[in-house]
Amino acid sequence: MTRSKDFDFVGLFLWVFRAVILILIVWGTYATIADNPYETRTWVDFIIFGLAQGSMYALIAIGYTLVYGVLFMINFAHGEFFMAGILTTTVVITTPLSESGFLNEQPILSLLIIAISSMAVSIFISVLTERIAYRPLRKAPRLVPLITAIGASYFWQNYFRGLFGSGIKPIPQIEILDGTIPLDFLGTTMLKSHVLVIVTTIVMLIALNFFIMKTKTGKAIRAVAEDKDVANLMGINVDQTISITFATGAAMAGIAGVLYSLVFRQVHFFMGFIPGIKAFTAAVLGGIGSLPGAAVGGLLLGMFESVGPSLFLRGLGIPAFNQLKDVIAFTMLVMVLIFRPQGIVGEVLSEKKA
Amino acid sequence: MENILCVNNVTKRFGGLVAVNNFSVDIIENSISAVIGPNGAGKTTLFNLITGFYSTDEGSIIFEEDVPCDNRPTDQITRLGITRTYQNIRLFANMSALENILVGQEPLLHSFWAEAIWRSKRFVNEEAEALEEAQRLLNFVGLQGLGDQLSRNLPYGAQRRLEIARALASKPKLLLLDEPTAGMNPNETGEMTRFIQHLRDELGITILMIEHDMKVVMDISEQISVMDYGSKIAEGKPKEIQSNPRVIEAYLGRGAASGLETVTA
Amino acid sequence: MNIKKTYRDAWNTGWTAGIVALSISALGLAELFAKRNIVSGVITMGQVMVFIVPIVMAYNFTKNLSMEQRKTGPLFGAVIGATTAIPLVLLIIASTLFNIRDIFVNVSPSLIELLTFGQENAYLGGLLLLVSMALLSYLSAYTHQLPEKIKRSLFTGLITILLVGMFSEILTERIRSIFGAIFGSSVGSAIVRFLFKSKAIQSIPAIVVFAIATYVGYRKIPKTEEEKNKSKRAFIVDGKVQWKTVIPLAVLLLILPLLLGTYLSEVTNNVGIYILMGLGLNIVVGFAGLLDLGYVAFFAIGAYTMAVLTSTGPLGLFGMSFWLALPICVIVAALAGVMLGIPVLRMRGDYLAIVTLGFGEIISRLAISDMLKPYVGGAQGILQIPKPSIGSLVFTKPEVLYYVVLAGVLLALFVSWRLRDSRLGRQWMAMREDEDVAEAMGINLMKTKILAFSIGAAFSGLAGAIFASKLTSIFPHSFNVLISINVLSLIIVGGIGSLPGVIVGAAVLIGLPELLREFAEYRLLMYGLLLIVMMLAKPEGFVPSEVHKRELHATDEDFVAEAGD
Repeated sequence: MTRSKDFDFVGLFLWVFRAVILILIVWGTYATIADNPYETRTWVDFIIFGLAQGSMYALIAIGYTLVYGVLFMINFAHGEFFMAGILTTTVVITTPLSESGFLNEQPILSLLIIAISSMAVSIFISVLTERIAYRPLRKAPRLVPLITAIGASYFWQNYFRGLFGSGIKPIPQIEILDGTIPLDFLGTTMLKSHVLVIVTTIVMLIALNFFIMKTKTGKAIRAVAEDKDVANLMGINVDQTISITFATGAAMAGIAGVLYSLVFRQVHFFMGFIPGIKAFTAAVLGGIGSLPGAAVGGLLLGMFESVGPSLFLRGLGIPAFNQLKDVIAFTMLVMVLIFRPQGIVGEVLSEKKA
Repeated sequence: MENILCVNNVTKRFGGLVAVNNFSVDIIENSISAVIGPNGAGKTTLFNLITGFYSTDEGSIIFEEDVPCDNRPTDQITRLGITRTYQNIRLFANMSALENILVGQEPLLHSFWAEAIWRSKRFVNEEAEALEEAQRLLNFVGLQGLGDQLSRNLPYGAQRRLEIARALASKPKLLLLDEPTAGMNPNETGEMTRFIQHLRDELGITILMIEHDMKVVMDISEQISVMDYGSKIAEGKPKEIQSNPRVIEAYLGRGAASGLETVTA
Repeated sequence: MNIKKTYRDAWNTGWTAGIVALSISALGLAELFAKRNIVSGVITMGQVMVFIVPIVMAYNFTKNLSMEQRKTGPLFGAVIGATTAIPLVLLIIASTLFNIRDIFVNVSPSLIELLTFGQENAYLGGLLLLVSMALLSYLSAYTHQLPEKIKRSLFTGLITILLVGMFSEILTERIRSIFGAIFGSSVGSAIVRFLFKSKAIQSIPAIVVFAIATYVGYRKIPKTEEEKNKSKRAFIVDGKVQWKTVIPLAVLLLILPLLLGTYLSEVTNNVGIYILMGLGLNIVVGFAGLLDLGYVAFFAIGAYTMAVLTSTGPLGLFGMSFWLALPICVIVAALAGVMLGIPVLRMRGDYLAIVTLGFGEIISRLAISDMLKPYVGGAQGILQIPKPSIGSLVFTKPEVLYYVVLAGVLLALFVSWRLRDSRLGRQWMAMREDEDVAEAMGINLMKTKILAFSIGAAFSGLAGAIFASKLTSIFPHSFNVLISINVLSLIIVGGIGSLPGVIVGAAVLIGLPELLREFAEYRLLMYGLLLIVMMLAKPEGFVPSEVHKRELHATDEDFVAEAGD
């Protein structure tokens, strides 16, 4: 919707806001590069870490984008589906698998069991949430489902806290994921767990693409995203399709949860919230509603977050700049939502309905 | 007689679609004018351009001979003296009828917001006057005693009138009515027609309306512009329009049923 | 009617109840509250929490039955009760077979003991549980067959005894100090010893209280709708202040701390600070319809401004007095509201919520970072903030600080009320209803939104300033997104846009958990659940705003976007 506005105060303010951020970034980058504090290898490590982190954001972002594409709502509780994946991983990997020694005897099989159970739990709570908290409110004003989504988010967070306890839990190391592999052509090494993250993400994204584009269910999802009423007339079960959409997003988030636990190896019930918001940032960055956008947005955000503090903030002479990693991510969120809500990567898929 | 509004060669595009194409019209002060045309011809877009809701891509819109009002913020245009109603009634659904009219009086109120806290004399007087005026307007449109009803609980016809009362509340010079008789039965339509005439005759407000009901248009408007695909295809007095072959083609050729569509639109 | 279908429905309802009861058990709620006796040595709150689920479900289920089916209602109740017990019985059996606690940390032996009534044999205990749940649900469903009057008096009695039991700890303390003050401390203690034992009411007094409450419930004649409206106390009727209601209330508010004592005054102060924040957010969300999730930022800004201006520690800059700093805090917060308001002005609905959340997170990260440590103290916060004082009187005790909070709340209430019934209030509501049309009515959206943001922020800043001075030290961890969620929850539960709703919401959502301190850990679980349940069942809140019970019940069809032409 275009709006006519002359030069005005708000425009000026926003312009200044944008200019200040840009100047800070350019200045910081310049000062850092002039100072040249790290070797190339360190930068490559930053980027690799960013890619691994970004892959997880991408997987979570898929869920936001799918649900937004279909229902035009921000599923605020999506971060908790990711958290459910994390906590399920913790429980499954510790109690039955690690204690019996099965984990290191049959690592591949164990990983499969972990992945399937995490996905199952994530899918279960996402479908339940949709059924109870969102479906009855589909025709309500937009803020209403957003409020229930916030409620659902805190409900699940604390439900899992009650079930599994509130402490930080360690995750046992899987031997085959221990150590690094050399990357000679870049002159650095890469953690095996990071390799697993990136490979799994690529596989999942390809599978998702196939599911959405080629299968009948995928077509139904796209049809519902296009127009629910028409889809209904064409004989598509809209409610069921929406449930499947939620389940698909939650499955991706569940996998992301598994990967997250394997990489960071310390988990906590509150862990879904911040990555959830960041993944939402990634989804918006890539143009919400667009699947490739979510993937690209996730990777971009991961890299910014990983390289950003050292590149932008170090040059500004900020002490302990790594503490401000999240500030970079949230600044990106704010900037993107204010200045380019249609995203910077993907095209606008659903602007007309938004 | 002066022109209260001059729309000069205005064009508006949405992506590849040209919604309004090089359109011009002059509205004479104290007249009743109408814009007609098949559905999707760009009539409501024209209203949105005049009220500043959309920005124009080309051309100019001049109010009262010398005030340019294209690309001016909507609220300022209202303050100049142009108000409107909507095709699909857009009242403040969960506010009472009186409150709706009070909001309409916005451009006439001057008290500073914080005066309400200590209830300054100016604020109290202004509010009392505003309330009195709102009550008067409510009676004027024939909704006596319905002031405390939530506007969404009012019957359809009452909502239409309330919307007009709200638009009148700021004492506009030019009133844009978007399909004022849509969805009404012949009885109500007749009443509304007389009411519109009354507005012009009694209050001296210039009226520009979009209307599908040809009887209404031919009965009360003094000047008619016909739009099709965003362009003006004819202009003139009702008699001239009725016999214009291009108009007949635009209507009968494509959308003979356009009168019906207004109900579902 | 199909009786078979009703049995199936009862069976399904029972399973739902079973999952809820299982959740209450497995999340640790039941065990936690097992320590709180309702009637000393007879029943604990933990037991109540588990058993209340099938009882309420059975009651509601039979209530919705047709007259004809109600005759067999108690049987359906029994089915529900028995079905509810199934998941719990399975839990009991599972716990004997393997160590379930490795996974579900709260499934402890004492929980099993609670569920099996202390029976050694798990199967016998499970059976006991099943039978007692079925029996209680049977009785609960049976109440529908009692005369209305008896039913009502029974409920009055039960609820009274439950409340007395729940809050017996506070009652003990209050009775001791009030009776002690009047008759001497030995009499006070004697009364307490007679009534209470191990923080719960004794059996015999319990029966007496139950009998009295039941009798009162029996004698009380329910008011008709008309009488209810008549007795509704309004402070102002037709522009005249009703002194009859205002004066007693004012006196009550003034002497309240004397009645409450230190601990309850402290709780009241916390509630008051949340009321202040709630009133502010109510303007932003309730009046203007802008969902702000970063609202805690203004609370933090108010608190930090107070800290920096008044602290006598190394980070305090001016060593100002509380009273001088207070208006500055409010102004700084209001300006922050303007600054944060401007960038988000052009956004609608959900995007606005996320951006404000983002801003809130940025501010909390900055507050904790080393970058701003020289100014705001990083994670160590700012210490040595003086309490308010007048001359030599320092407001140290919560009973005295209460008056500062009260003054703040009354001021905010007054401003909210006056603005709501003014031109600005109408502008806000119009904007909330339909932004485009509001603008077409000549409302300057930018100005109206910024005003909502900054007035809301000012209230929050005031709350923050009082908060800082009350605690005398502040840490960035106190200002996280959960505060925004708490405030949002309380205004939604109270009734969005409703001023009394804010007070009720704060009292229930902030005050109650402070009285039931074990509850703290489960507070957010309940808030989350409440947000969902409220939106589904009662979107206008428990104390809806008088004139406008509107909006949230409306469907999208009322607001169809203008379709092209």
